[in-house]
Amino acid sequence: MNPLAAIGRIFLGFLSGAGRIALFAATAVSHCVRPPFYPSLVMRQMMDIGYFSLPVVGLTALFTGMVLALQSYTGFARFQAEGAVATVVVLSMTRELGPVIAGLMVAGRIGASMAAEIGTMRVTEQIDALVTLSTNPFKYLVVPRIVAAVAMLPLLVLVADIIGVLGGYLVAVYKLNFNMSAYLKQTVDYLQVMDVVSGLVKASVFGFLIAMLGCFHGYNSGGGAQGVGRATTNSVVSSSIMILVLDYMLTELFFSTR
Amino acid sequence: MDAPPKIAISGLRKAFGPKKVLDGVELSVAKGDSLVVIGGSGTGKSVLLKTILGLIRPDAGSIRIDGEETIGMDASARECANARFGMLFQGAALFDSLSVWENVAFGLVQGRGMARDEARRRAIENLAAVGLRPEVGDLSPAELSGGMKKRVGLARAIATRPEIIFFDEPTTGLDPIMSDVINDLIVACTRDLGATTVSITHDMQSARKIATHVAMLHGGRIIWTGPISEIDRSGSAHVEQFIHGRAEGPIQMQVRA
Repeated sequence: MNPLAAIGRIFLGFLSGAGRIALFAATAVSHCVRPPFYPSLVMRQMMDIGYFSLPVVGLTALFTGMVLALQSYTGFARFQAEGAVATVVVLSMTRELGPVIAGLMVAGRIGASMAAEIGTMRVTEQIDALVTLSTNPFKYLVVPRIVAAVAMLPLLVLVADIIGVLGGYLVAVYKLNFNMSAYLKQTVDYLQVMDVVSGLVKASVFGFLIAMLGCFHGYNSGGGAQGVGRATTNSVVSSSIMILVLDYMLTELFFSTR
Repeated sequence: MDAPPKIAISGLRKAFGPKKVLDGVELSVAKGDSLVVIGGSGTGKSVLLKTILGLIRPDAGSIRIDGEETIGMDASARECANARFGMLFQGAALFDSLSVWENVAFGLVQGRGMARDEARRRAIENLAAVGLRPEVGDLSPAELSGGMKKRVGLARAIATRPEIIFFDEPTTGLDPIMSDVINDLIVACTRDLGATTVSITHDMQSARKIATHVAMLHGGRIIWTGPISEIDRSGSAHVEQFIHGRAEGPIQMQVRA
């Protein structure tokens, strides 16, 4: 076996995969703006993605905020800079950890279920059945999920930001004996609108990625239970990786000039 | 001048990688006929059906419905063409997130924009046509037995009153009695609608019951076609072997892939 041929094959496979995902995304977006629309399906997805993800996202955000306060305190205490804890917590939460943590949690919870549900529909010919009943599967299955995810992720992240800051506050005030009002003042003083907005924009992008990749892997699921299992795994792994990669790229885009 | 056949297929080819599944299929179905395509497992019967439905894009060939070419249609024309089709899938393919009546009414509500009350009434009528009581309408598909799923699938396929109905192995996986019930329902429902039907099966008993014409698919081509009354005098060794289910003959089953 020629090793160069093997490398070439892997590279071509990667390129064709990327191309197929890009085509899928373009098709999905083009269907987002053309009727018919299914508002009731969008609402149902919004409930699932937004409301029912609240406990998971809230809990992870709470503990992330708490550990952030604890860790930055131990670090800053060595330079007698404990006063910076509040600022570090709020900036890390809004700019970075809120969107990333909510994104990863939703990728695991929602991306996986989208891939499994649509994959099962593919395997049991339900997607073919949609077509024979004059219903476009992109409009009926993919668009509601993408629209709902793009809309709900920023709201989830906003909640995560608030809960994360609360977690940091609890640890700082009740464990590290910070002054309550001083901590709150510190939190607000150095926070800029852009810090929060950039996090929310990231969240929307992550929402699009999670729903699009979940639907893509489900839609192209292979046969049988194994195919659906692989689709689920691929959707979680690929969206988690893409979230971290895009997180860096978006941060670069927003803040590189400063 | 005769009207063009309801479905006319010529030179249809489709390959998956090196494997030629359809290799020049020629087939025509007259209006009101019931064509049954027979052939061994893996000979491309399902691919043929899905190609006619536009779910699979063929490599070459032409498929005309009422004389109108459907290959290369744009998406919206395709959706219009599909509105004239109904299909009963092998595993029924009911939407498990919806109740039974919503499944039956799906084509009416989503495809035609019918109001839910009216659609529900029509769904109950269609359930009655396949011998199911109105209460079944409120169950979820997961609660149904295999035979009931097939009946609901049939009710869904006929609910939009399509001109052409496809049946993908309608009796596979059912006991002999339920198979016969489904066959009777298929005959009765399609006769009431005056629909043209194309079925694929390898169940000869079912084929004899529902077919007016039979075509045998082998090696990617139609090797024999004729009225059901002539199937026992086909003069084709392949057909003879298939309808009598003999292991010995011109068709060699690939035991190893």
